[in-house]
Amino acid sequence: MPERIGHLLAIEPLSAEQITFFLDQSKPFQQIQRHPLKKLATLRGKSVALAFFEPSTRTRISFATAAARLGADTMSLQAASSSLKKGESLIDTVHTLEAMKPDCIVLRHAASGAADFIARHVAIPVINAGDGLHEHPTQALLDALTIRDRRGGLEGLSVTILGDISHSRVARSNIHLLSKFGARITLCGPAMWLPRELELLAPGVRRCSRIEEALDGADVVIALRVQQERLNEPALPRDEYIRQFQLTRSRLAGARPDALLLHPGPIIRGLEVESPVADGPQSCVLEQVTNGLAVRMALLFLLIGGTGGIEDLPHASD
Amino acid sequence: MLLIKNGRVVDPATQTDAVLDILLDGGLIADLKPGLEVPGAEVIDARGWVVAPGFIDLHCHLREPGDESSETIQSGAGAAARGGFTAICPMPNTHPVNDNASVTRSIVERASAAPVRVWPIGAVSAGSRGESLAEIAAMKEAGIVAVSDDGHPVATAKLLRQAMEYCRALNLPVIDHCEEPSLFAGAVMREGPRSVRMGLSGMPAATESICVARDVQVAELTGGRLHIAHLSAAESLDLVRQAKRRGLAVTCEVTPHHFTLTDDDVQYDSRFKVNPPIASGQDRQALLDGLADGSVDAIATDHAPHEPAKKDVEFDHAAFGMTGFETALSLAIEQLYHSGRVGLGRLVELFTTGPARVLGITRRIAKGEPGDLTLFSLDHPWTFHVEESASLSRNSPFDGRSFHGAPMMTVVAGRIAWRR
Repeated sequence: MPERIGHLLAIEPLSAEQITFFLDQSKPFQQIQRHPLKKLATLRGKSVALAFFEPSTRTRISFATAAARLGADTMSLQAASSSLKKGESLIDTVHTLEAMKPDCIVLRHAASGAADFIARHVAIPVINAGDGLHEHPTQALLDALTIRDRRGGLEGLSVTILGDISHSRVARSNIHLLSKFGARITLCGPAMWLPRELELLAPGVRRCSRIEEALDGADVVIALRVQQERLNEPALPRDEYIRQFQLTRSRLAGARPDALLLHPGPIIRGLEVESPVADGPQSCVLEQVTNGLAVRMALLFLLIGGTGGIEDLPHASD
Repeated sequence: MLLIKNGRVVDPATQTDAVLDILLDGGLIADLKPGLEVPGAEVIDARGWVVAPGFIDLHCHLREPGDESSETIQSGAGAAARGGFTAICPMPNTHPVNDNASVTRSIVERASAAPVRVWPIGAVSAGSRGESLAEIAAMKEAGIVAVSDDGHPVATAKLLRQAMEYCRALNLPVIDHCEEPSLFAGAVMREGPRSVRMGLSGMPAATESICVARDVQVAELTGGRLHIAHLSAAESLDLVRQAKRRGLAVTCEVTPHHFTLTDDDVQYDSRFKVNPPIASGQDRQALLDGLADGSVDAIATDHAPHEPAKKDVEFDHAAFGMTGFETALSLAIEQLYHSGRVGLGRLVELFTTGPARVLGITRRIAKGEPGDLTLFSLDHPWTFHVEESASLSRNSPFDGRSFHGAPMMTVVAGRIAWRR
């Protein structure tokens, strides 16, 4: 096996075969979540640096828990406590972390490309836990695992993504991932958050500014978080968003009766999604959280468990 | 005495393209004809090389005073000499800003030891803050050749109007960095498929052309001389073309990186972060067309050195700018000459008579003229290694690029400022 550092920086460069391998590897870790005793010793003695330069609760806890359940230690750096506030550069901060000899770095950062940038400067695997507006690969993987479990497969789905697409790394990673499996992807949201260039991101992507049309016949609906600060831009009054784009029961009824609802969280009830929809039978929100643990455990296992990295996963036949 | 023999002398100003010998003496061109023999003169064999009037760079940043860890006048001028430039025009956005005669004088004085001529550009407004006019007449006396608030656009149409009226009387061009601030805010690259894919905040081409449209109308209102810095968008070029057709004194420059790269080349690598940002493929094509058809007056480097601390950071947080002196001519030969887009005369014009016209001076190879010459090869193979650069900074995306065609010797005031 080649001596190469495997990073997970983005979904875009991965093949469908690599993603499938990855999801398959997550299966045993899903089962572990149902055991009364969840802790393994697989990564005992290993340590994972959690470098979160942007506020995050869910993703950070998910990675920390995933590492703990594999027996690894974590060292955690959060924006509020970081030396960034003292003017230290990202590289210097990360090199300081690296000098504490972790086996990989999980990086969350508000700047697009930050994970790519850091991966060029460190000698250990980097896992992108969200970089700016660019990608959030583990979110797309856990979403795919959730969809695959519920639908039995990922091929040929009709997927609608709702909300502020242009500012969403979750949308980009999901678009890249699902498109590789032949999904027809409809993006829906206010026009200024829906630049036409999004249709060039991957095959099978179209835009639609009417939510009823966008939901028609959808197998999967992914509602994105609408960031309040975006609504404060000279853009759109909150009530306008709700009137035109809130996912309500009646609107969701236009999708297939068994359509799945995914949301990366945190949900702002009453803004992007009506409460009864968030809590309804189609909602996969809590499964997503559990699957996030499985996906991140599988990822840590693959990258630092000694069996090679994502780069060594089977490549596409083309 | 320096005798340059057997070179192909190409001078658009005098419509010369012939093998001639040139004698330099006392800082001036002393003689010019075939078969010159001068006992005692140092002889340079320029066989196979082009001998052109000394190249002028209308747009660079030397960072002195104030940011000498990125560049000094001496180091920047050294890099310029290696690029074939004999005269360079540093922008006033130093610390302090070159907005008064004492700063201008200090730059001129520090530049007296530099290997090439340094012709400073003064600020339009005090502190380049966009409020009131700088001490332009006093700066002119101290040696500035133009004014600009580069780094920012001239803040308001009213200020631009005042500056253009005032500078018209002083016979100085006003150089504007055209950018509509509200569209620029927060952006780090050109808006397009690439910015959307990378999740980087983009600015549309109109960020520049809206401001160019304003400026052209103010030029018409005042009759002043307007020069558009680092023009990067097709729409902006169309506005300049229209202005020229209407007989307005409007000129523009294009940088090598804008006519070479497109936004598809941009990586999460801050060496590609520059303002105005690398444009789309269609814009690049329009710039190449404008360079060929005469709509573009000059190639200018916008040499913008930055120390690593300003560049080895997240793309969003990195300073804008890339170095440019040492790769400018080779990129122009590659993109314009070897591609067949322009002939040799036009190529030379873009570095010599073109920028001279913007400044309102002459630039030609003739007896009695200053002994500034650029000698270059159209086919010399070489590779640019940023570690070998004379600049103190390393922020070039062209590190490692191989070229056919290069500056070979730079002669300033009759003396060899640099030779390969």
